[in-house]
Amino acid sequence: MSVAHALDQPMAPARPERLSRIVLSRFLRHRPAVVSAVVILLLGLSAALAGHLGLGDPLHIQMSHRFAPPLAKGHLLGADELGRDVLSRLLHAGRISLTVGLAAMAVTVVIGAALGTVSAYFRGLVDAALQRLTDAMLSFPPIYMLLALAAFVRPSLGSMTAIIAATSWMDIARMVRGQMLSLREQEFVVGARGLGASGARIMAHHLLPNTVGIIAVAATLSVARAILLESYISFLGYGIQPPLASWGNMLNNAQSYFASAPWVAIFPGVMITLAVTSFNFLGDGLRDALDPRHVESRG
Amino acid sequence: MRQYLARRVLQAAVVLGLVSLAGFSLLHLAPGGPAAIYAMSPTMAAEDLDRITRELGLDRPLHVQYLSWARGFLTGNWGRSYRDGRLVLEVITDRVPATTVLMLSAFTVAVLLGLAAGIVSAVRQYSLFDHLATSLAMVALSIPTFWLGLMGIYVFAILLRVLPPGNIGTVGAEFSLPDRLWHLVLPAGTLGVVMVATWSRYTRASMLEVIREDYIRTAHAKGVAGGAVIFKHALKNALIPLVTLAGLQLPLVFSGALVTETIFTWPGMGRLFVDSIGYRDYPVLMGLLMFTALLVVLGNLVADLVYGAIDPRVRLS
Repeated sequence: MSVAHALDQPMAPARPERLSRIVLSRFLRHRPAVVSAVVILLLGLSAALAGHLGLGDPLHIQMSHRFAPPLAKGHLLGADELGRDVLSRLLHAGRISLTVGLAAMAVTVVIGAALGTVSAYFRGLVDAALQRLTDAMLSFPPIYMLLALAAFVRPSLGSMTAIIAATSWMDIARMVRGQMLSLREQEFVVGARGLGASGARIMAHHLLPNTVGIIAVAATLSVARAILLESYISFLGYGIQPPLASWGNMLNNAQSYFASAPWVAIFPGVMITLAVTSFNFLGDGLRDALDPRHVESRG
Repeated sequence: MRQYLARRVLQAAVVLGLVSLAGFSLLHLAPGGPAAIYAMSPTMAAEDLDRITRELGLDRPLHVQYLSWARGFLTGNWGRSYRDGRLVLEVITDRVPATTVLMLSAFTVAVLLGLAAGIVSAVRQYSLFDHLATSLAMVALSIPTFWLGLMGIYVFAILLRVLPPGNIGTVGAEFSLPDRLWHLVLPAGTLGVVMVATWSRYTRASMLEVIREDYIRTAHAKGVAGGAVIFKHALKNALIPLVTLAGLQLPLVFSGALVTETIFTWPGMGRLFVDSIGYRDYPVLMGLLMFTALLVVLGNLVADLVYGAIDPRVRLS
């Protein structure tokens, strides 16, 4: 378009671009993240509608269908060692795994944000104590700690969520603390303090809202981590208990049936990988969209 | 420097103290407690259970038990295994070599492949290779290690029959290095995948940062050959922050090793931990929690010290 031609165009009214618009357009440019968002949506939908897709009861045992291969005897993805439909089990397991993932994320965020805020607000001795506690929790290899906890509680959806959250809050606490410590020195906080705002008000109204971006990113990544951890624990036999299916416990005995029924071992792992990869990419895309400085180091 | 070291060591000691407190209360406050395994036996009479509880000192107040455990821990007496009565320290150190071999080989693979991929990705940013490598790395970070191991066994041991499905060596055969290496390929490869992904991501990010520095542009302007700039000027500086990655990665590597060892019946510490949970072998569990945490804390301390030593811009104080 030539300069003269451009000048012919009527001037658009000057309107500042809305931040949410910028964030959205930046997010849409991150293709893997967009694809992941769609995949997550589909996974969520299929889990929510698992019972209404005409797939049959995931717990229905039919020994005549034992190890039916994919596409045989009306089983799209085959049947397992008890003749149960693998596809139906996968979708129902998705309910459990996604629920644990999302619930653990919510609890993780609450604990992490609360401890990070307390650390940054009180500083001094409280901060030092909390930092050493964080160091201590980070020193345990995550699976060791989780297994030790999981082995001694009655396994259920609630207890799985609780122990995953109890061993995952450290990163968010660190990030929130760091962000708040740097924010509290900035002019708008000094200004608010000058206007007589109380400490609690500054925390809740001025500091916390400014950490929403990093919390959103960390929360998305922590869903991925929680789904992965749940699968480890359930695979090792200390998580969600049969006959209830989770992606992890569907792989419990897979090793023994490898030679005869590889599909029993393949599909649950594909689902875990798909879900975890999607949440990781989504977190990546959110980070790029919310933090312009990160765009360059995308990867 | 000496002051810094003293402070860091003191901090590490405090952290380890907290680690032991957390681990101890965790294991002892669990339902049933350490005597649960005996209580489950159908032939166990109530008075025998009482006697065992007393003999193991489990009837004492928790803080007394902790103090006596801590005193033992510091003097090298980590208690005896409930399972076979052997010394805990001995049970654990028996398993250290297998885990070390596994972790070191995975680490070597990861550093070599990860650095190579990361460098190429950074030098050719947004190229097809870069997009492929970064996406693959993300998938690798998301695959459950146990499933990756299972698939490895399925493809290489069952379908192709080129690699053994597990164990550290052929059962019953005498020790031979080729046999050991043969058995190492799948487990080390499995454990290495996640680490390769991490190393390539960090190398890429670090290289991208360094490549934009003025001294790199200066080197180019002086007419230094492209390869020399990348390897002599950029890589050297990009590697510095990666030193800490080796330390930071340790907890995750221990976790990955636990799962890998379980899949491949590898006689390392991770499998010992899983087995000990099955047997409710509290002294060994506590010992392993402390042992791994100790290594993690030490690893981070060493990484930070090395970082300070090789980067003159960092002043440890």
